[in-house]
Amino acid sequence: MSTTGYNSQNGAGGQPYANGPSQNPLLVPPSGAGYNIGTQPLYSNQMPAKAPLSTGPGPYNPGSYQMTPPVSSYQGPGQASLTRPPMGPVQPAPFRPAGPMAPQSQNSTPPPMPSAAPYAPQPTWPYGAPPVSVSSPPVPTMGNHVTPVPGPVPNRHSPSPYGAGHTPPLHHGASLPPGPVSLPASSATSSYTYQGAGQVPTPGEASQINSFDHLEMGTKGMVGPPPPQTGLAGRPTGQSYPSLPPGYANMVPSASPLQSPKPPYSPAHQPYQQPQANPAQLSPSLAALSLQSQSPETLRAVNLLQERNILPPGPVTPPTPCLPQDLQKLNCNPEVFRSTLANIPQTQSLLNKAKLPLGLLLHPFKDLSQLPVVTSSTIVRCRSCRTYINPFVSFLDQRRWKCNLCYRVNDVPEEFMYNPVSRSYGEPHKRPEVQNPTIEFIAPSEYMLRPPQPAVYLFVLDVSHNAVETGYLDVVCQSLLDNLSSLPGDTRTKIGFITFDSTIHFYNLQEGLSQPQMLIVSDIDDIFIPTPDSLLVNLNDCKELVQDLLKGLPQMFNKTMETQSALGPALQAAFKLLSPTGGRASIFQTQLPTLGVGALKSREDPNQRASLKDIQHLSPATDFYKKLALDCSGQQVAVDLFLLSGQYCDLASLGCISRYSAGSVYYYPSYHHQHNLAEVERFQKDLKRYLTRKIGFEAVMRIRCTKGLSIHTFHGNFFVRSTDLLSLPNVNPDAGFAVQMSIEENLMDLQAVSFQAALLYTSSKGERRIRVHTMCLPVVNSMADIFAGADVQAITGLLASMAVDRSVSASLSDARDALTNAAVDSLTAYRSSVLTIQQPGLLAPSCLRLFPLYILALLKQKAFRTGTSTRLDDRVFAMFQLKYQPLSYLVLMIHPALYRVDDLTDEGALNINERTVPQPKVLQLSVEKLNREGAFLMDAGSVMLLWMGRNCNPSFLSQVLGVPSYAAVPQNMNQLPELDTAESVRTRAFVGWLREQRPFFPVLHIVREESPLKAAFMQNMVEDRTESALSYYEYLLHLQQQTSK
Amino acid sequence: MAFTFAAFCYMLTLVLCAALIFIVIWHIIAFDDLRQDFKNPIDQSNPTRALVVPEYCIHGLFCLMFMCAAEWVTLGLNIPLLFYHLWRYFHRPADGSEVMYDPVSIMNADILNYCQKESWCKLGFYLLSFFYYLYSMVYTLVSF
Repeated sequence: MSTTGYNSQNGAGGQPYANGPSQNPLLVPPSGAGYNIGTQPLYSNQMPAKAPLSTGPGPYNPGSYQMTPPVSSYQGPGQASLTRPPMGPVQPAPFRPAGPMAPQSQNSTPPPMPSAAPYAPQPTWPYGAPPVSVSSPPVPTMGNHVTPVPGPVPNRHSPSPYGAGHTPPLHHGASLPPGPVSLPASSATSSYTYQGAGQVPTPGEASQINSFDHLEMGTKGMVGPPPPQTGLAGRPTGQSYPSLPPGYANMVPSASPLQSPKPPYSPAHQPYQQPQANPAQLSPSLAALSLQSQSPETLRAVNLLQERNILPPGPVTPPTPCLPQDLQKLNCNPEVFRSTLANIPQTQSLLNKAKLPLGLLLHPFKDLSQLPVVTSSTIVRCRSCRTYINPFVSFLDQRRWKCNLCYRVNDVPEEFMYNPVSRSYGEPHKRPEVQNPTIEFIAPSEYMLRPPQPAVYLFVLDVSHNAVETGYLDVVCQSLLDNLSSLPGDTRTKIGFITFDSTIHFYNLQEGLSQPQMLIVSDIDDIFIPTPDSLLVNLNDCKELVQDLLKGLPQMFNKTMETQSALGPALQAAFKLLSPTGGRASIFQTQLPTLGVGALKSREDPNQRASLKDIQHLSPATDFYKKLALDCSGQQVAVDLFLLSGQYCDLASLGCISRYSAGSVYYYPSYHHQHNLAEVERFQKDLKRYLTRKIGFEAVMRIRCTKGLSIHTFHGNFFVRSTDLLSLPNVNPDAGFAVQMSIEENLMDLQAVSFQAALLYTSSKGERRIRVHTMCLPVVNSMADIFAGADVQAITGLLASMAVDRSVSASLSDARDALTNAAVDSLTAYRSSVLTIQQPGLLAPSCLRLFPLYILALLKQKAFRTGTSTRLDDRVFAMFQLKYQPLSYLVLMIHPALYRVDDLTDEGALNINERTVPQPKVLQLSVEKLNREGAFLMDAGSVMLLWMGRNCNPSFLSQVLGVPSYAAVPQNMNQLPELDTAESVRTRAFVGWLREQRPFFPVLHIVREESPLKAAFMQNMVEDRTESALSYYEYLLHLQQQTSK
Repeated sequence: MAFTFAAFCYMLTLVLCAALIFIVIWHIIAFDDLRQDFKNPIDQSNPTRALVVPEYCIHGLFCLMFMCAAEWVTLGLNIPLLFYHLWRYFHRPADGSEVMYDPVSIMNADILNYCQKESWCKLGFYLLSFFYYLYSMVYTLVSF
């Protein structure tokens, strides 16, 4: 994002020129050696970057391979050792001067050469040895290269200064250029705006103003700690290494190292020419190798049996893919788009060997604080695979770009030549589309099958006796009344209501009526819509009627004695009502549906709740809900289900209605307006968020990936319409998706692969928009690299989704075994193929050290636990959540964070908006960490529990809770009182800060020793032993036993 | 030369076997369409599903006829497939009425691959058995 200066050398700017076969005839000879330049990998000049990774562990014996590198194994050690060093040092070092240097590079011809040079060896690289060639061969080519360059030169100049100048939108949103700018040269218009959360385009001056500002930022970024793999060894060896990747080299004033080695580059014996040509150079690099084998922090072997404190003090950070930093800076935010393996294995067999799941976790519609929005009459896409242009494409020259997914060469349309950010012409690679991994387009009419639908909301409320008893109607009606004006929408917004018990009630809200008119349809076997056009009414025109209805509704059914519930017919009615437009139906249900189609029977045997045997009835009892959901999906209707019930409701069957129509499911067990105030508060907060959050209608999401990869399975709530297309009648910012990937063809000749998720939706304002996320990941060929890039949270999230599928299709015990086996297999694979020295104990790479803990936590999670009494609905709901929650919330749900809060200090505190937020350490989830004198806060995502020991610090009680003694703490305390003491301010700041990080509102419960919630608190202590589950240490021993088999 | 019941069975099965081959080819094309993104699984699954039960019935009829005709060898060749069909039928998704090829799960790569492979295997089996029936028909007609 902010690395523009850099990028211009390496990324879209510089590399492409070198890349074009036609452009640089001199480059062709190497390719003549057998490499087809046409299919050349996009990111070829990333090669250096890749190297660092592969060196990773020390499994190779440097001495031995050096002389006899088997041709086929090029990817392995040879490349690693030789290429790594250049990359490490080069990046941080030369870049510092980049800012000031930029102008220089502009004037001198040499810089271009270097940028071209990395490319030259490129063609050879598939042979394996070729990477080697980077060290010296580039130079000759470079020399030759000067002449052919002239054409591209002007371009290449511009990138560097310019790149620096360009403002990275995500950082400088506020100062960005004003909205629509009309294109001078072409008739078409294109505009570029920044959209904040509030969707207000922020005006600003041309980006040049920021340029230096920005440059600084970029530079700082570079100087900062390089990615773990590259860091340590790179720097020392770099100087001795003659072959700086030219792309970087041009930043360095003295190009001498570049010119020194000049063995003529002969394509004929490229493969191993390098090692022999420069044996002397090898030694430093080998030294680097051995150094580095220790260095990558993520690969450090951790003996889990001995290390007790494996939790990092703060949040767990995802691993950084080992891409060149300029590309990495352009990469998608890991919270939005994340891969389980930050380094993609080359072949499926390698992936199988590593025993780690490959997949993506997406949060595509996440609320983003700043999102670049582009309005353009033509959206530039690849002509063959329809990929949107993105930061990882390469520009062959000004008029052509090469798709990074299918490698087709496309033309740059005239309009794209103009850059609205800088208002300059002829720099397609500086366009916002090519500078931002996440971008939103306002789609022209080709992207509509019909005029964009209005926002349509239908509320379907259960008003049977049971429902009235829980008192939820008041909350729903009150929330709706409060938020009626903040429902997302425009002047076309429509709203409607249906209530049902054993009959279906419609409400005629037509303009002109003095009060809402209730229409009762009692023929539930053949449901019909009494007055088709006045049940869904325009919210603005009929606001008063709607308000009247909402005020009256809770009282209307006070006396009802009807206990039956005809949910199925009510759903059919909702479907019929919404199908002409599409929209969102929100269903509030409080009991098992008993009448009409879709009636269900109780399938739960309470005696089996704690059984160790297999849990039955996890799959739906009827396919009515699924079929209806598919019909809804076809008509762009999404159904959200709110289940408020004390009894069994068969969520496994009911949930299908939301799962396949891309809705969401909310579950409030034992909801009661008097007896369960905590649930009431949660319901209120959830409802507020639900009503006011962003929404996208009639959406589809397509996930494209580089040829060779394919999508295996999707997880989440949606309907899969084709191999890579999800149909999402509604999309909301709290929905996450997971995708399992498989590698169908070898990725041998690629250095990086890209993934692109494009979400096409209609905004609540009736605009058709496309949100595109692009992520680029390096391809690696050694096990060590794969393990170095393992993202333990993403892996756990994906495994959880897979385990849910498994427990439905096979059985729960199967799923549990599969989870444990996943841990065993990957640790075994690590031990056998990455570790060189066999040590006793249970060894895990540092990046996976939390893996067994997370797996154990999953096994103790409501969804998968056995032996502990779990109601079937709770279990099924937990499974739903595992599948559709975005990863960041999911992790807290699986493994809550525990903090000690009675002794908060300002040490190491964050300072946000002049508020000091203390940062206590994350504690292990073990009772051992608790003590009676303390107070502990457990953050489990959707709920927070504040547990107080019996002898809790009296000052904490009085200063924070405002009670004189422990005994005076009320039983149902859900809030921290606002006291004017330092402790109270600190605690509230901390809790508030935790809450701000998620869009929903986690309710805080204050738990005393004897309160009923203590069980919930203790159940989250996953490291401890329970009657039916192993403690963490026992589990490790079990894993060790399995791995050493 | 005798027109026995067995010969009649073989004649009939020849015709029906051709029908089965068409059904299987139809399935193969349908799955390929799905994979190639030409069709929506809902549109695709409905006719695909509709053909499943007829296929199983026709095959069941074969077995019944061969049993009546006391063509034990032929029956023996068909028994495994019969049992496979029964197994498939009774292990369909738990939520009942859908026989197979559930539109919501068909796009799962494993399931789609399985279905495709199953169809190709059946195509091979039906083709071979078509020629076997032809041969047997001629044989029974000529042998007496």
